[in-house]
Formats: sequence, C-alpha cells, structure tokens
Amino acid sequence: MTKPMTKISLGHGGGGKMTGSLIKDTILPRLDRGRLGALPDSVVLDGFGDRIAYTTDSFVVSPIFFPGGDIGSLSIHGTCNDIACSGARPLFISMGLILEEGFELAQLERILDSAAKAADEAGVQIVTGDTKVVPRGAADKIFINTSGIGRVEAQAPLGPEQIQIDDKIIVSGPVGAHGMAVMLSRAEFSFSFDIQTDSASVWPIVERLLPLKSEIRFLRDPTRGGLAATLNEVAQLSNKGIEIEESSIPVDQSVNAAAEMLGIDPLQAANEGKIVAVVAPGSVDHVMSLLVDLPIAEGAAVIGTITDTNASKVVMKTRVGGTRILAEPSGELLPRIC
Amino acid sequence: MKPEQEKQTATALSDAIHDLASRIPREIKIMEVCGTHTMSIHAAGLKKLFPPNLNLVSGPGCPVCVTEKSFIDEAILIARKYDVVIATFGDLVRVPGDEGSLAEFRAEGGAVKVVYSPLDAIAIAKECAPTPVVFLGVGFETTIPTVAATVKTARLQGINNLYVLTAFKTIHPPLKTLADKPDLDGFLLPGHVAAILGSNCFDYLVKDFHKPGVVAGFEALDILIAVRDLVSMLAENKPAIANDYKRVVRDAGNPVARALMEEVFSPCVAQWRGLGVIPGSGLEFRHKYNDFDAAKLFAVGTPQSKDDPRCRCAAIITGSKTPAHCGLFGKECTPEYPVGPCMVSSEGTCAAYYKYGGA
Repeated sequence: MTKPMTKISLGHGGGGKMTGSLIKDTILPRLDRGRLGALPDSVVLDGFGDRIAYTTDSFVVSPIFFPGGDIGSLSIHGTCNDIACSGARPLFISMGLILEEGFELAQLERILDSAAKAADEAGVQIVTGDTKVVPRGAADKIFINTSGIGRVEAQAPLGPEQIQIDDKIIVSGPVGAHGMAVMLSRAEFSFSFDIQTDSASVWPIVERLLPLKSEIRFLRDPTRGGLAATLNEVAQLSNKGIEIEESSIPVDQSVNAAAEMLGIDPLQAANEGKIVAVVAPGSVDHVMSLLVDLPIAEGAAVIGTITDTNASKVVMKTRVGGTRILAEPSGELLPRIC
Repeated sequence: MKPEQEKQTATALSDAIHDLASRIPREIKIMEVCGTHTMSIHAAGLKKLFPPNLNLVSGPGCPVCVTEKSFIDEAILIARKYDVVIATFGDLVRVPGDEGSLAEFRAEGGAVKVVYSPLDAIAIAKECAPTPVVFLGVGFETTIPTVAATVKTARLQGINNLYVLTAFKTIHPPLKTLADKPDLDGFLLPGHVAAILGSNCFDYLVKDFHKPGVVAGFEALDILIAVRDLVSMLAENKPAIANDYKRVVRDAGNPVARALMEEVFSPCVAQWRGLGVIPGSGLEFRHKYNDFDAAKLFAVGTPQSKDDPRCRCAAIITGSKTPAHCGLFGKECTPEYPVGPCMVSSEGTCAAYYKYGGA
C-alpha cells in the first residue's frame, strides 16, 4: 500500500499520518521494549514512591518569536501539557539548548527569561540542562529539548480503553490559534491578522477535572495536526466512532478568516493551550460548570459524542445539515509549528 | 447568519431541489467546473441534501489537476541543470513527476520556495539575486492577471532574475468541449474566474449548446441556491446563464484585470490532462515579455513523461468517472503517496473524496 520511504521529508514531522508511519515502521521496532509502543503523551512509571509521569518534547518552531509567545515559553508549556494529560501535576523540567553559531545573545536571554516566567507561572522548576553550540547552518538559530516529570494525581486510570459509547467530547476553548499565529508571523505572509498563540499550561484545567475520577476517561492536548488529528487519534485508539457537530466547535473569527485566506482548515491547525477531554455523559454539565470561571478554559464547548457506529472514524455533521468525514491531516505543508 | 438559520435555509433549499428534480424523470448530471466548488460540496457534505437522481460531477477547473506531468518534470530538470530557485504555489509541491516531486527534490537539497501570491516571487527574487528564480505559472484567469502584474512590477523595479515557466489555461475552450457532451445537463460556473471574465461571457452555453449555467459562490448555501436555480431551469426547459454570485461577480467582469492579462500574454495551444491538445486554450508570453519566459531561457527539451496507465485522473476531471471507479484510489494512491494530481491538489476531486469520505 505504501511505497518504501528512503528519505525524511518535512511531511514526516507534521503530526499526521506520515509521522505516524515513521514512528510505527522505523522508530518503535527498534526502540520499544514494552512501554514506548502505547505512544502516550507521557509515560507513567511506578517504583519511585509516588507514581510519576515522564515525557520529552523538542521545539524547532520558526520563527522563534511569534505573537503571544516564543520558543522559550512554548518549550515549557508543551512539556507541562503532555504531563498534565496523563493526569499528573508537572513538577520538574530539564532543558537542552542547541544553539547555532552566531545566534544573538540578547535573543537567547529573551527566550530564557520567557521560559523562566512560563515555568514560574506553571509551578515547575527547571532542574537540569545542557547546552551545545553547532556551526552556522547546522541548526536554525535555536532548538530546545525539554523533558519533564510530574506526580500522578489522577485517582482513576485515564486512557483510550476507558472510553465508552455515548461519552461526550469537550474542547477547552477556541481552536487553531497557535498554528495560525505562527504561520502568519512568517515572513512569507504579507497580510496581518491579530492572532496570538494560545500557548499556556493546561494543568489548571486538569486539576479541576481530576476529582471527577473515572467520569473523566481521557485527556489529550491537540497540538500538531490540531483538533482533527486528536479526534482521529481518539477514534482509532478507542476503536469507536466519533460524531461531532461543526457548529459547536469553537473557532475565533480572526482564526477562521486567516485560515480561509490561507486555505488551511482551522481544525488542523495546532493548539498549545487547549485540552480535549472525553467525559462520561452524565458529567458533562458538572465539567462545564467547573470550567466556567477558569480563564484558560474560556469558550469551552461540548463538541461531540462517542458512537458505536463508524468505528475509528470521525464523522462531522456540517452546519447546513450534511455529513462528512473529518479526516486525519496528511503530511504538513507548513512545518515547524512547535 | 446564525447556525439555526443557516440550517433552516439549507433544509428549505434542499426541499426545493428535491421537488424540482422530481419533475425530471431521469438522472440529472451537473458539472461543477471549479475545484474550489468540489471541495466546498464535499466539505459541507452536500450530497446528502440532494435527491438520488441529481448527480454533481467534477470538472476541469483544478489547475494542478489539468497540468501535464511533463510540467513538473520540466521544472525539476531546469532547477537541476541551471541551479535556479523554484517559487511555486504549495499545491504543486507534492505532485509526482517522473523525476519525482518538487517535495522530493527539496529533500535532496533543491531550492523550492512556496508562495501564496505570485507577487511573493518578487521578494524571493530580490533575496536570491543574482540566482535565477523561476515561478511556476499554473492557473486559470483568476491567477493569470496577478502573474501579469508580477511580471510588469518586476520589469518596473529592474528585477532581472525572475522568470515564469508557464502552463496557464483558459476556461472557455475546455468548457465548449464538455458542453458538447450529451450526458451533461448544466454547469455550476466558477465564481472566481467569472469575477475576471464576467458572467456574460458564458452565453455560448445557451446559444450553442442549449444548456444552463449558473455562476456560484463558494459557501454551502451559495452552492445550494445555484443548484436549485439550475435544476429549476432544467425542469422548465428554459436554459439561461444566471449570476448567483453578484456580491463578487459583475456581468462584465473585471476589464482592468483582463487588459493586464492580454498585455503580457497571448493565446497558444495547450495540452490538458484528460482533454488532450486544445488550440487556443493556453497562454504564452507576448514577444515584448519574452525575457521572462523560463522555457525559452532554460532549455531542457520537453520531457517525455509517462502517466501511470492505471490512474483515472483524466476521466475524473472530465466528469465521466468518479474516484470510486479507480482501482488505485485509497489503496496505492493516497494523499501521502499520490499517483495522480487529483489526489494531491487541495482542489482535486480524489483529494476531496478521500478527505471527506465521498467515495
């Protein structure tokens, strides 16, 4: 079905199907010794007293500064959010810097200050790190890898296997802002929109939801590939169908306008401060009431239902009453979004 | 419009279309000429709102889909031989040629830059000077005036390292070929192209072929309204050209844009995927602008590219087949590993069926 791949292309970094096959066909067969294959956002480990969640993420976003954030704050939020989605409170961060020869010190300082501020606000500490410099051209300005450890506070298991028919899907706010903000801040676009990244730690949302225990089935942050990628992932991992209502998905006007202009589906644009939660049908009102006064969950909405039909597929009821598939994004035409 | 209002309006239009179509006791086949319409129809899941005897088929209005494979090969051969920078719309990047795709060429180290407007190519030319920059000129009358403006601007600014490899197409010649097909009942006419050419210019559909055409916008409701009007004309056997996209399209179009296009380009014979050679359906540089013509300045000969004989793109863009008829669709041919351009273009019929589950 697929042709043998001989070279890495940018599409392999897009978070869509091509990334999936690279992981499944090339990485996992070599590295998986039992825990990696489940591909959680972060892995939960026993045997250290408390249960801990452990994750890593690399940041290569271009440009390194964009409206509402930069690679420094993003490198903290991204890792905190992967930990939070495992029901764990983010605590400690490691930070590896890869710097290109000739990179301006003032820019590095600005990025580190921003990372420090993001860490303070998210309640995490950067506790270990590493710095490497590579010759000009061997990296693009600055790449950052962070790993993180959190303490699991979820009292019930979270995971795709917990998802049941008729469960409801909630998204914590308007989608697509980070992806659009980064794309628009690139030099090649000559038009301007007032769109800021949503980059933020989602732990405050998770913290409010965890007391609901097993009523919360599954959490994920819809980063690369956007809401579309995450919903498809949920459908595939749970082997159940998803039905969503187009008119109930929150998207800001400005994001919609910019997306239309660029021919990009805002549902495929990345988020860095949102969460998709699958919750028991009876708890929807409770969950929504818990989020109502939380600023980072402003605009949260119930967008769909888990179904026993269309297993592994996401079916969208369109605004005019039609139906169609919400597809998983393919490769990424606009890479380096995080 | 509020979501409830939009849904109510759509339901009312759907009911009207059902009612009108029930008065026509046979299959009705309407062609949406433009690829952007194809995508909108599938994105809104409109087929569910149409009666079973109404069939919308996709037409030749996706620029990437009708561009011959040899164009991609020629671009890559030029870039290899003359070390030029390629500037292109993103849609072309993953179209496979015999020399591979531009994406693969870029992965090998080739210089391929994606632009959102032809005018962006000017900035790239300045940045890359003195390295030659070749803009890949595909598209219909919607795009061509902007390319003409780009060329004129480049000349005015004394930029002498920007070139265009042309594979432009004009919409009337293939439309005449298709209007002659007895099984096509009417045409959903391309809104963007009509904004330049005007709605009046499609009169020949009625005069010469006795078939209706409606210029339509791109929102779901725009399309439902236009389809209702087409089916109504068919039910009453009163074919006409109607403009249902008046907020953008004037009857006479945009004469300034047309003048710009005519100043820089003149008609020539063109090769179409699926339709073959059509005289007067392409555009080439006028003599005065020959120094922008990449094909003349970076000669590599015409590549003898071969289409995969199993690929049905040709039949699909002429409305005689749907992706479901293609043995490669969704199997060997996917957006990740496309065999034909209809699967890779963001306006391609196969891409629409694959993405939105229409097959």
